[in-house]
Amino acid sequence: MALLLKEEHASETEDFESDPKIVKFVVVKKREEQHHSPKGELTSFEALMLPHLDAAHNLARWLLRNEQDAQDVVQEAYLRAFKSFAGFHGSNGRAWLLTIVRNTSYTLLKKNRAVDLTTTFDEEIHGSGHESVSPATILEHSEDAELIREAMDELPAEFREILALRHQEGLSYKEIADIAQIPPGTVMSRLARARAKLKECLAARIGKEK
Amino acid sequence: MNCEEATKLMDGYLDGELDPITSQTIEQHLRECHKCDQAYKTHGSLIRAIGNATPYYKAPAELRERIQSSLREEIAERPTRNVARDARSLFLRGQRGPRTVPSEIPWNWLSLAAAIIFAAIIALNLVPRLQRPGADQLLGTQLIASHVRSLMANHLTDVASSDQHTVKPWLDAKLDFAPAVVDLASEGFPLVGGRLDYLDNRPVAALVYQRRKHFINLFVWPAEPDATRSTKALTRQGYQLLHWVDSDFNYWAVSDVNDKDLQAFKQLFEEQIAHH
Repeated sequence: MALLLKEEHASETEDFESDPKIVKFVVVKKREEQHHSPKGELTSFEALMLPHLDAAHNLARWLLRNEQDAQDVVQEAYLRAFKSFAGFHGSNGRAWLLTIVRNTSYTLLKKNRAVDLTTTFDEEIHGSGHESVSPATILEHSEDAELIREAMDELPAEFREILALRHQEGLSYKEIADIAQIPPGTVMSRLARARAKLKECLAARIGKEK
Repeated sequence: MNCEEATKLMDGYLDGELDPITSQTIEQHLRECHKCDQAYKTHGSLIRAIGNATPYYKAPAELRERIQSSLREEIAERPTRNVARDARSLFLRGQRGPRTVPSEIPWNWLSLAAAIIFAAIIALNLVPRLQRPGADQLLGTQLIASHVRSLMANHLTDVASSDQHTVKPWLDAKLDFAPAVVDLASEGFPLVGGRLDYLDNRPVAALVYQRRKHFINLFVWPAEPDATRSTKALTRQGYQLLHWVDSDFNYWAVSDVNDKDLQAFKQLFEEQIAHH
């Protein structure tokens, strides 16, 4: 049975309720003071976000496949991040920054070459000639960074992105879902497809070399 | 589990992203199925090798400098909203006033006073609005911390009993309110026990329920007299939080079960209370 609040304690409850408001007010105020001066805001922004510069650059570089574009996008993303820094209250600075880098990269990708975004795959190039290449042969070539780079650059953007986030940044599925803006349940299947395609591309290149 | 299912889940298993039970089922299958075990080993070593050999594009040093200088430009361009400095310049002009233009003094003081009153009005209107999300966030963090701590420190319950008639009197004796305690074992949410906790600057009751291998902490304390009946669901740091208010109490359920299960839990809980 749901009992009613005992009468004699009703006033005590009200006292309890008024207290926390004072405490919370102080907390909110403190936060504002921290960001009060632009200099202070910049200092805390740099302390939190500059350590993730390599991660930001790596992601942009894989998405754009071009060093100059990558640098421009990262610079733009940092500027955007700084402008909306006041809205950042979370604890995962890297994921937050990478989301902005990713969105900025896609804006440029869409502007430059819309074709790249979809998961179309050229069956003519990849459809034949590599069935004979065994996993063991791919494994032999798996230390060839140049080969892997070429194979990965062939993949659609959503695959390059998910492979970089998982293999290089070691992010969890949850973080990847947040950054790539897909449901958490999709991460595993997309990652599996990306890996399968990467293996296919590697096999095709190794097959051609032979 | 059959081979098709195992293949589907292989990448999740490889990445250690499956829940413990599914992981165990896959392990079991890999022990039994030589073909899948081979496929898993080959796939795993290949993916790891490729991952390790993928070139990592580190940021060049000049990019860091470019970013830092563009950020500095950005703050230099910002319109100064520094009230303190504006007020000081007004003040200084006012001091110089008597020697040059005497009539300027009251004018400046008036505008300064007006600015202060204006700022105060804005602040008074804004503060309560700012305060609410801040307060909710603080409470959310406290709730998750309590939930995690209860699982971590082996201090899930003060009174371990699946009998609601044991848990309820125990809590009633320790608190200045008497929360409703119901057992939902027949609906798949057995009561594990109760605990005292401290949240939102007051002692609260924590009822612990189990959903398969997961625990649900249900924090209960009296609702404010004017509280509106509302329901709110949040996801934070991978935990589900569900908040509702009935005529007597504030409820916050925290768990790592999925949102659907937690909603079902709430519904069952409310139904059971109504029957009591």
